[in-house]
Amino acid sequence: MWADAIVTLIKLAVVIGVLLTTVPIMVWVERRGSALIQDRLGPNRVGPWGLLQPVVDAVKLITKENLIPDGVDHFLYILAPFIALAVALSTFIVVPFGQGDGLTLFGSKIHGFIVAPDLNIGILYIFALAAFGVYSIVIAGWSSNNKYSLLGGIRSSSQMISYELAMTISVVGVLMASSSFRLDQVVMAQTGTWLGFIPKWNVFPQIIGAITFMVAAFAETNRLPFDLPEAEAELVAGYHTEYSSMKFASFFMAEYINLVTSSALIVLLFFGGWTLPGLTIPHGWAGAILSLVIFAAKVAFFLWFFVWIRWTLPRFRFDQLMALGWKVMIPLAVVNFLWVGVAMALGIL
Amino acid sequence: MNQYIPILIFTLIAISFPIITLLLAKLVRSGSPNAVKAEPYECGVKMPTTAYDTRFSIRYYLIAVLFVVFDVETIFLFPWAVMFDKLALFGFIEMVVFLAILLVGYIYAWRRGALEWA
Amino acid sequence: MAFLSAHFVAIVFYVLAVLAVAGGVGVITFKNPVHSALSLLGTFLMVAGLFVLRHAEFLGAVQLLVYAGGIMVLFLFVIMLVNVRRLSPDAAFLSRRAPLAVLSGVVFGALIAFGVLAGSLGHPGGGATALQMVQGHVMGNTEAVGWTLYRHFLVPFEIVSVVLLVAMIGAIIFGRKDAGLEGRGGRMEP
Repeated sequence: MWADAIVTLIKLAVVIGVLLTTVPIMVWVERRGSALIQDRLGPNRVGPWGLLQPVVDAVKLITKENLIPDGVDHFLYILAPFIALAVALSTFIVVPFGQGDGLTLFGSKIHGFIVAPDLNIGILYIFALAAFGVYSIVIAGWSSNNKYSLLGGIRSSSQMISYELAMTISVVGVLMASSSFRLDQVVMAQTGTWLGFIPKWNVFPQIIGAITFMVAAFAETNRLPFDLPEAEAELVAGYHTEYSSMKFASFFMAEYINLVTSSALIVLLFFGGWTLPGLTIPHGWAGAILSLVIFAAKVAFFLWFFVWIRWTLPRFRFDQLMALGWKVMIPLAVVNFLWVGVAMALGIL
Repeated sequence: MNQYIPILIFTLIAISFPIITLLLAKLVRSGSPNAVKAEPYECGVKMPTTAYDTRFSIRYYLIAVLFVVFDVETIFLFPWAVMFDKLALFGFIEMVVFLAILLVGYIYAWRRGALEWA
Repeated sequence: MAFLSAHFVAIVFYVLAVLAVAGGVGVITFKNPVHSALSLLGTFLMVAGLFVLRHAEFLGAVQLLVYAGGIMVLFLFVIMLVNVRRLSPDAAFLSRRAPLAVLSGVVFGALIAFGVLAGSLGHPGGGATALQMVQGHVMGNTEAVGWTLYRHFLVPFEIVSVVLLVAMIGAIIFGRKDAGLEGRGGRMEP
């Protein structure tokens, strides 16, 4: 009983610790990466290669004066960044991050590297929380008493609900292939190879679904080329125009935590999680650590992919964004799962 | 009920974390507010209009209604997808009929320009 | 501690139920419509929690996805669209319609009470996993819903798509430019 509780608490501490340390690292990677891509220097004064820059940024944000403009709706104004951060943190609870079956710690089973091992609605839980995340943006836009915030907030929520459809429908194919909502079982269904050399990752039969999901992930995290809610040329900073100090930092942290969750989901759903072709992960702690390293490496690749895309592509126009979401992404996602259905009925998959 | 206890704990932590950081920031930050700082942002001039004078395109409403309809549709896809291997061909045909009826609405929306923005 | 663990489910139930009712009261007492809408959102959240407590995880997730994620966003859009900060509440509205409101409230409450009583008398018990059984195996609530829905309720399921179709067409007709919703000279803000 107590050993169980301690194991759960350790898992919680690890997940929160990793998420919160990834944020400053990603800020650094983003700034150095953008400099690399655009042939600039980037932050290079604070610490070696500017590595301490995020620390300085954090101190600045915490000690910065808190400006609350006149006419804001006080309660909702503070509630918005709170929802953003709380939702971003809670999403990770159903994400497994390694193969930990059958391992014990202090004489208690650890039930896999996942905080909530027995929840059988895994993916649905993530989508339900993602749907709830829209409110932080709507409320921030509405309560700020600023037209840029309001326009940014409404735009952003329209964009998020539009791409949420493409995202949820593109996952249906994966659910059909693995017959489970649990992400660890989704990974289990992707072990092994076809013809001896193609890994059984969902990305190969469901390339359309994978692309749709990734595009939707970019739109859901409000990243370039879909960062219209904060299109600085027209909307100043969108929904968080009026936010400063730690409240702004909350939105900022939530954005990067969502980035980590999205990358982890892409890896788990379409790129085989912690599996590698031709590699049987042994049981026991050695295998567990190996699986953690493989998973972290894959997630790191997709985090870099997000940065790479952001500094390479220009921004979409709002009508183009909506047309892409409704006229291209949703039909493609439907085609994806119909193809999976036909292929499974014919016994190809 | 045991599987929900980690979720309960995690939710409590997720809720208290923003509260703690916001309170912490409150303790350490400086502040000297004045009337000009508290004006809503506009490039250095006084705002000629307030936020709520802005009128919105009816398209936002249409997008939200269409979203609700399609969202309900995707909800029906989920239990179907996880049981797909057991429902077999019968379930597949069932879903194709369901989607075919909705396709009519999708084509109608497209033809009436509900999916166009401008 | 022993009391807490013995009555854990009951305690969670009462906390959720009280918060849900409090949210419902908030909907009708807040002056600001955005606050009312968010209060309703709180009620939806608590009801989702109640579903999960009864092992209907799928319904709980659907509650969040459709009601919190879709319908409340629609409500908020409409509230922002019609610019309600300018509307002054009609003070006479409540007093004139009060008897009607009380009457419909009582009738609706009686109907719900009847439904609950009839339901609980008709299906006594069922156990914790009753909502997760597929052909005698405990699988999961979503799987159980899928199995029942797509095996035994074929016609209602197909009719749902017709209902959705009607809703879609209705929404498009309401939102048409020539339906007079977007007045002449109305600025279009993208």
